[in-house]
Amino acid sequence: MSTVDRNNERLSVFKTYKLYVGGKFPRSESGRVYEVTDSKGKWLANAPQSSRKDARDAVVAARKAFGGWSGATAYNRGQILYRIAEMLEGRKDQFVREVADAEGLSKSKAAAVVDAAIDRWVWYAGWTDKIAQVVGGGNPVAGPFFNLSTPEPTGVVTVLAPQESSFLGLVSVIAPVIATGNTVVVVASEKSPLPALSLGEVLATSDLPGGVVNVLSGRTAEIAAPLAAHQDVNAIDLAGADDVLAKELEIAAADNLKRVLRPQPVDYSETPGIERLTAFLETKTVWHPTGSLGASGSSY
Amino acid sequence: MASAFEYAPAPESRSVVDIAPSYGLFIDGEFSEAADGKVFKTVSPSTEEVLSEVAQAGTEDVDRAVKAARKAFEKWSALPGSERAKYLFRIARIIQERSRELAVLETLDNGKPIKETRDADLPLVAAHFFYYAGWADKLDHAGFGANPRPLGVAGQVIPWNFPLLMLAWKIAPALATGNTVVLKPAETTPLSALFFADICRQAGLPKGVVNILPGYGDTGAALVEHPDVNKVAFTGSTAVGKAIARQVAGTGKKVTLELGGKGANIVFDDAPIDQAVEGIVSGIFFNQGQVCCAGSRLLVQESIQDELLDSLKRRLSTLRLGDPLDKNTDIGAINSAEQLARITSLVEQGEAEGAERWSPACELPSSGYWFAPTLFTNVTQAHTIARDEIFGPVLSVLTFRTPDEAVAKANNSQYGLSAGIWTEKGSRILAVASKLRAGVIWSNTFNKFDPTSPFGGYKESGFGREGGRHGLEAYLAPSSPKGER
Repeated sequence: MSTVDRNNERLSVFKTYKLYVGGKFPRSESGRVYEVTDSKGKWLANAPQSSRKDARDAVVAARKAFGGWSGATAYNRGQILYRIAEMLEGRKDQFVREVADAEGLSKSKAAAVVDAAIDRWVWYAGWTDKIAQVVGGGNPVAGPFFNLSTPEPTGVVTVLAPQESSFLGLVSVIAPVIATGNTVVVVASEKSPLPALSLGEVLATSDLPGGVVNVLSGRTAEIAAPLAAHQDVNAIDLAGADDVLAKELEIAAADNLKRVLRPQPVDYSETPGIERLTAFLETKTVWHPTGSLGASGSSY
Repeated sequence: MASAFEYAPAPESRSVVDIAPSYGLFIDGEFSEAADGKVFKTVSPSTEEVLSEVAQAGTEDVDRAVKAARKAFEKWSALPGSERAKYLFRIARIIQERSRELAVLETLDNGKPIKETRDADLPLVAAHFFYYAGWADKLDHAGFGANPRPLGVAGQVIPWNFPLLMLAWKIAPALATGNTVVLKPAETTPLSALFFADICRQAGLPKGVVNILPGYGDTGAALVEHPDVNKVAFTGSTAVGKAIARQVAGTGKKVTLELGGKGANIVFDDAPIDQAVEGIVSGIFFNQGQVCCAGSRLLVQESIQDELLDSLKRRLSTLRLGDPLDKNTDIGAINSAEQLARITSLVEQGEAEGAERWSPACELPSSGYWFAPTLFTNVTQAHTIARDEIFGPVLSVLTFRTPDEAVAKANNSQYGLSAGIWTEKGSRILAVASKLRAGVIWSNTFNKFDPTSPFGGYKESGFGREGGRHGLEAYLAPSSPKGER
């Protein structure tokens, strides 16, 4: 029959890359795809080109998941983030290949990037039950009141993933958002979306409730516009936006006073600080009167 | 309601404050006229008497003030924190010394009762400077990384409801962290900020570190827009806050916004009714309800609605409205004719939409801007008076049956600044507090403030926190992960 049979070679099975929304893997509602190539221009796959409707569906899914995820215990969230690292560790080869293709890295360099991404999940897994102690606490008010400030997730966060760092950068911007109990709609690197779409498959098998992370691929500017203007999105991380787009989106985000994290130079190979954790937190301060038990005369 | 004992008038003397017939802009340590010579008058809202004529800053003046602040920034930010601290401690002390004068001044210019300026505003103003003074030499330990850096020149725009307190909230953390400031007070209440300029002079504060530019909204916009301003801090309406967020987009200016609110005050059936009534009253009638975190939506559990409303109406009948300088006055004047018109129009809309209006028998003075304490029953969530911020002494009463319903209704708002919870059940307080989307939650109390306690909103009530350790963040550059020096 064919040359393949004669040489006893097997024809590989291509993967249809799909979005990850609400714990499911839909194609783009628009039916559109775009060509993804490696760093040398060789065709890798057709990635879904998400539409405005896909973005809206992702926000609905993220909102639906917010109550359960933000209400989960910090310990539980930490376990699940760690579980993501476990799942990734087992599928390392796939991600090394995808990152090498996407970013034109040697296999060993790509392996280092994937290792760093896995370690980043572990790092954030440890933060879930510590951040409240670091940025919250009791306030010594001048009066008979118990007064406590606690951080809380701000809600649904849109993240434009960094354009160049297709996997480590991606993990570095979504892990802190969900570590603190937010849910996220992430727009993958426009040029190199495949590691992000594959990450969806890992998240789906990591005990992470559907809708906590939603992954869209396509044209960043096209998908970002409706997300920045969306009235049910609480915050936006503009990591993957250039200056012109960032300004446009920041203006749109003012409409419902979204919290905005502006693009800034970040070396994703460095251990992050806590800025990405705190950028999507609100501080809630609760007051309650204290009684005056034994105000005088009591002794220890 | 006839009272057994009438109160004799107990006015605070105005002689402790000496208001000049005119004031200039305070730029680089000197008072000067506006470049285009424009002035405006500030009046006492309780009498409509003209108190003084004040220079109105234009674009050119803004530029001059920002230049002065930029120049002063170099030395001020390089001062050891311990020296900056001492300046702030000095300011705190001078405010304490002059607090009676400032309280009378604030009451004259703003219209709020002397008992509030004397017992709430001024002590808090001094306390804010005192609190942030102590941070100036401890910034390495504030949790923002090692060696956090100031941003530069801060452009600050403040409202008229707590003129001097909002100034303190803005200036104290800015100076403690090594920034210099250009501040625009509200056009209806510029005087206490100009008196503050004199306090800076008495404290020996270096020239240009604090600059005060009275003016209207366009002055504020020019300040926010100025390319050499690094940080914008605004307290005021949500509409203006959104405009500012658009203005600073793409500029890299750091911005914090403290905006409007429509606070829910939730009273459960097991609440201590007498305390709750006091909390409701202070929640919505403190400062004539002109408070962004006012408890303007009362959510009462249905089973106690009648009992609570009876008590509340009885209590409202004892409130004394009138001369703000009288020490027995509970309700003073509305800040301006414009604000009075806004309150009046929203209240008329409330009636037109079918809510039931009630006020105690209440005689209003013949001159000045006044509005009787008012409550609305038969209010639904769709009513304008349940959704829009009125910023006046107007309470909308809604009911609920279950804690879940109370939370759902409380959160059904574009705003998320404050909320109150009244119940004797501790677990219910904690459960409800954790579900409310609001930045400040008062349980079994209301409208409490403290410099150590972070204040600020969720959702469209703005972003950032003022007060406490959190309040420093607004004035510091993001820390470097490696703590670079």
